Amino acid sequence: MFRALQQLHEFATSYNLLLLLEGGARTLVLSAAGCVCGFVLGFALAVLRHTAAGWLLPARILGVVYVEMFRRIPFLVTLFLVFYAFQALGLDVPVFWVAVASTCVIGTAYLSEVVRAGFAAVPRAEWDAAATMNFSLLQTLRFVVVPQAWRVVVPPAFAFFLSFIKDSALASQIGVVELTFVGKIFNNRGLMPAIAFGSVLIAYFVISYPLARLGARLEGRLALSRAH
Amino acid sequence: MTPLLAAAGLRKSYGPLEVLRGVDVDVARGECLVVIGPSGSGKSTLLRCLNLLEPISGGRIVFQGEDIAEAGRRAPEIRRRIGMVFQNFELFRHLSALDNIALAPIRVKGEDRRAARERAQHLLAKVHLPDKSDAFPDELSGGQQQRVAIARALAMEPALMLYDEPTSALDPETVGEVLQVMQELAEEGSTSIVVTHEMGFARRAADRVVFMDAGAVAHAAPAARFFSNEAPERVARFLGKIEA
Ligand SMILES: Nc1ncnc2c1ncn2[C@@H]1O[C@H](COP(=O)(O)OP(=O)(O)OP(=O)(O)O)[C@@H](O)[C@H]1O
Ligand SMILES: [Mg+2]
Repeated sequence: MFRALQQLHEFATSYNLLLLLEGGARTLVLSAAGCVCGFVLGFALAVLRHTAAGWLLPARILGVVYVEMFRRIPFLVTLFLVFYAFQALGLDVPVFWVAVASTCVIGTAYLSEVVRAGFAAVPRAEWDAAATMNFSLLQTLRFVVVPQAWRVVVPPAFAFFLSFIKDSALASQIGVVELTFVGKIFNNRGLMPAIAFGSVLIAYFVISYPLARLGARLEGRLALSRAH
Repeated sequence: MTPLLAAAGLRKSYGPLEVLRGVDVDVARGECLVVIGPSGSGKSTLLRCLNLLEPISGGRIVFQGEDIAEAGRRAPEIRRRIGMVFQNFELFRHLSALDNIALAPIRVKGEDRRAARERAQHLLAKVHLPDKSDAFPDELSGGQQQRVAIARALAMEPALMLYDEPTSALDPETVGEVLQVMQELAEEGSTSIVVTHEMGFARRAADRVVFMDAGAVAHAAPAARFFSNEAPERVARFLGKIEA
């Protein structure tokens, strides 16, 4: 017990706290990039896959291949793929940005499926009805589809966001000093695991708890609005 | 007099499947044209081609003097003047009846919000639903939903209304109220093309009737003559079957 307190005191140096903060920031940026960029690109991909125009068929096929591929391979493999893709292109990109690009790649694939399920909840004939009243594609999305689809999209999207924060730990495998990596550094320095990983655990909690609350709030509002 | 809309040699294929094989139809201003025909004969496809929901494979569609298939960037502008009513209503389920009707005038035409909602209220009265403005689609019967859908299409002030089996999805007891509204509109001089199996409606409201079979117009005649015993045998057989 005394040892723990003493270690805690030793641990609480500004250097360690800074390391923890930096790791936390990297985890946060990685997950946020995957969620935000993934949602925006995933949304665009879902729209593309919902189009019917013949000349977009090749693009739709590419979209399907992309989604099916990156939803099936492990995140770690995606990290290596992106890493070597940058190398093959002769680009010298820091590992952190390799990881950011990877989370965007994965986030896009997963979230496009989530959004697509939302679109599927709006009958295609309702899109047609909007088209006959001359709504553009963007107007149809904004006034007809999104207001109905978001109920279907919010729960799985937040589940994905939360699991993504955890998955970003894999970026430590290619040398990104994010939270999990920081935990390992503490541990290797001879800190008690309880302190080394406990601090990391708290940091993860601080990042994901507000997000979980936000998701729960949105779902609550959704349940209310469902009853008109 | 030139027709309001005329399609000539209209063709439409889905891959190898030829659904429309050179359809000629036209409708004059103020006319009610009823289209009948067996399932799969291409009636829905025809309507969807007429308002450019489906790109056509060949032929011409002239609407108010303009070839709509060639209109390119002006196509939406032209299509705005064609209203469509679907078999399953397709009301926007997150909006009240009034908002369903006012949405497109406000968002697409840029009408003043108050004016559009007032007009929507008038249209609801026109389809005999003056007190349903706040009702959501799932609180309305099928017949009521379809009447809201008609009002929604009318809100864009179309020069031509297309109806695709507007009563096929309805309980028998609500069919009449929808046909009633359609007949009133026809009597007021609105122009419409109606795909339906309701021969009673065709007899009462149609000016002309077109019989489609296998992607082409097999027979067309003024309503009185269409239902007389001069009709070709195939038409008579079809009528005998659906009126049985
Ligand atoms: N999007 C599509 N892709 C492929 N084939 C289609 C498509 N839409 C319609 N078809 C085919 O075109 C033919 C005509 O269909 P359509 O819906 O126009 O017939 P219909 O006369 O309206 O029949 P019903 O009375 O059953 O509504 C059918 O064989 C149908 O399978
Ligand atoms: Mg049909």
